[in-house]
Amino acid sequence: MSAERPPWRPGKLVAIGTLAGLFSGLFGVGGGSVIVPLLILWLGYEERGATATSLAAIVFIAAFAAAVQGLYGNVNLLDAALVGIPAIGGVLIGTWLQQRLPTGSIALLFALVLVASAVELVLR
Amino acid sequence: MIGAIAIGLAAGIVAGLLGVGGGVLFVPGLVIFLGLDQHQAEATSLLAIVPVALVGSYRQDRYGNVHRADALALGLLSIVGAAAGVALANELSGSVLRDAFAGLMLVVAAQLVDRTLRARRAAAAARAGARATPEDHLD
Repeated sequence: MSAERPPWRPGKLVAIGTLAGLFSGLFGVGGGSVIVPLLILWLGYEERGATATSLAAIVFIAAFAAAVQGLYGNVNLLDAALVGIPAIGGVLIGTWLQQRLPTGSIALLFALVLVASAVELVLR
Repeated sequence: MIGAIAIGLAAGIVAGLLGVGGGVLFVPGLVIFLGLDQHQAEATSLLAIVPVALVGSYRQDRYGNVHRADALALGLLSIVGAAAGVALANELSGSVLRDAFAGLMLVVAAQLVDRTLRARRAAAAARAGARATPEDHLD
């Protein structure tokens, strides 16, 4: 990141952290779709640094939110392990494939899958 | 059980491939294929995200891409928001939360399409720029 520090940097970090936490807790996601654009827009990050920094922040954010959900008795430990552990292998495969496949068409295809899943979710 | 493993593997591959996090896939996968309700699916997704983000950020950190101080600050500063978000989710009914989540999926889909189209335009502009350079006229 550039050496010059934008004004109100701590305030912006507080705002991004709080928004990301709210988003993560409300939806059960990491919050990257909030953090990445705000790091780019407010703190002058480039995309790669924003994505990587967001991923590291999500370790803490998701852990806090999961702990609070645990107090409500909503966390299903076995399912979390069954989904989360294979996902680690999946990420490694996906990162490997990323260097070898045209990701643009896959992104558009995946966007379609998301839309179809959203419709399925609402119509159930 | 095989369904859960398949969801995890598929979500991980997409996350690694496209950089779109696991949660937006874990939650609908847990609801549609494993029959969890929306609240359980969100809570379980959060826990499943932790190891994935841990491994991913460890790799990114080795490439020097993680701004550690900011990541730590964002993580620690999120705790109030995370608690409030979870409390809000638990105040909402499953159907309201599910519809809101479907809306989030549409937003993520739109972000992906936008990002892809912008990357394609940038690549096309770069090719056009390369053709316009004087060096091209030498051969």
